[in-house]
Formats: sequence, C-alpha cells, structure tokens
Amino acid sequence: MVKINGEERDLAGVTLADYLAGGGYDARRVAVERNEEIVPKSRYAQTVLADGDCIEIVNFVGGG
Amino acid sequence: MVPTQEEYYRALAERHGEELQRRFRQARVAVCGLGGLGSNIAVHLARAGVGSLLLIDFDRVDLSNLNRQQYFVNQLGQPKTQALAETLAGIAPYCRVETRAVKVDAESIPGLFDGCGIVCEAFDRAEAKAMLVQGVLEHYPDVCLVSGVGMAGLGSANAIRTRKIGRNFYLCGDGGSESGPDSPLISARVAVCAAHEASMVLRLLAGEREP
Repeated sequence: MVKINGEERDLAGVTLADYLAGGGYDARRVAVERNEEIVPKSRYAQTVLADGDCIEIVNFVGGG
Repeated sequence: MVPTQEEYYRALAERHGEELQRRFRQARVAVCGLGGLGSNIAVHLARAGVGSLLLIDFDRVDLSNLNRQQYFVNQLGQPKTQALAETLAGIAPYCRVETRAVKVDAESIPGLFDGCGIVCEAFDRAEAKAMLVQGVLEHYPDVCLVSGVGMAGLGSANAIRTRKIGRNFYLCGDGGSESGPDSPLISARVAVCAAHEASMVLRLLAGEREP
C-alpha cells in the first residue's frame, strides 16, 4: 500500500506521472515529496510508487 | 528621534527575553514575493527583531495592492523591494535588509538563498509557488521552507492553519481557496496566513520544529 496525502491506496507499480495525470493534477502547480524527499519534476515519469511509500502532493493555488 | 542600536535591542530583549532575542537577531530569513503575504511577513519578522532579511520581488507598487499590502500611496510606482525596505527602516532601523528586484525562476534558485536559514514562499501565482518550493527543497535541503497556500475569499479564518509536510517544509493556509473574480484577496484573511508563516519562522528560530 502507498500512503498518499494521508490515505492508504493500492498504487504500487504506478508511476508518479501517471498518478498525477489520472488525478487531474497540473504538474506545473504541484510539489511532491516521497518519504520526506522532494521528487524533481524531471523524475515524475521514472518514479514508480512502491509499497510503504509515503507521498505528499501539495497542490498550489493562486493568491498571496 | 531614532533610538540608538543599544536602546533598540534592549527594548526588544525586555519584551522577548535575552535568549529569544539573540536567536531572532542572529537569523537571516528570505521572503520571496512582497505582496499581501510577503509584505506582512517581513513586517512581522522585522518587528520581532530578526537581524537580516532578504526581500525578493520584481514588481512595483500598484494602486490595486493597497487593499492588503503594506505600502502607502506615496510609494505607488516604486519597486516593492525599495518601498518595503524604507518602511522596515522606519520600524526596525537596525535590521539588515538586502533586496533583489528580480523575477525568480528555476535556474536562479541555486545560490540565491546562500546564508539563509529559512525561506518564506509568498508568491501570488500557483506555478511560481510550485517552482520555488521545488527548487528550494531540491537545492537547499537543509533550509527550512515555509509556504502559503489558500487564503482567498472570506471563508472562516479558522480554516487557515500550519502543517508540517516534510522534514523542513511547512505549509500555511486553508489549502484550497484560490484567488479569482468570486474569491478576492482580502487584507484580514491574507494577513492571517502571513502571520501563520511569520509565526512558524519565529517558532523555528526559537528551536521549535512542530507547527
């Protein structure tokens, strides 16, 4: 199981790029941490989610 | 009359305690974006006696900023970096304020925050926020990053909170409310989020790691 934003999901084997696209995220507006390390945007396609991963997707919105 | 440096810091130490004041004074904090979030954050940090601030913004003061940003009509048209530095000089005359009137992009991040223990993300556009957070976490893994997301509209101010996302990454805001035609940025609520960011910075300087 993969923990994404606090929720356990059966996503092992899925790439981060596919998960983001499937979830309707705009990759230009997110930052993703995997096990407390930032995942560079250039590595979303190669990053394969694994059992035990803890993923935090921060979806930025405008305003400041 | 401007107080002497000794008088000034003695007054702060009387308020904050010697040890806390020493920690604040030794700190160097970057504020990226000097709009509703950043101008308020910088004022809070300067008032607390943070010793050194790096202020970054490419923009100039516009009439549309006066509803929520710490500028004055006689500063319209000035670079925000210059206008805010002048205001801070009137609040905290011994704070070392360094300014960069540049538009930050992914390429300019390495080197930009050298010597800063904490970076505040206070940009307006979602893409710019994401770019800065990505870049700082990637190039400055040991720097603490405090970011503001979701403060538009007039929803409950109680929805705005601070969360710890990663090892050195803190997120302030309601998480979702985006600015737009039906969800304007209003001073009081933006200032709540700015105060969350500034409070987290000061907690970190005090040695607290939890939000």
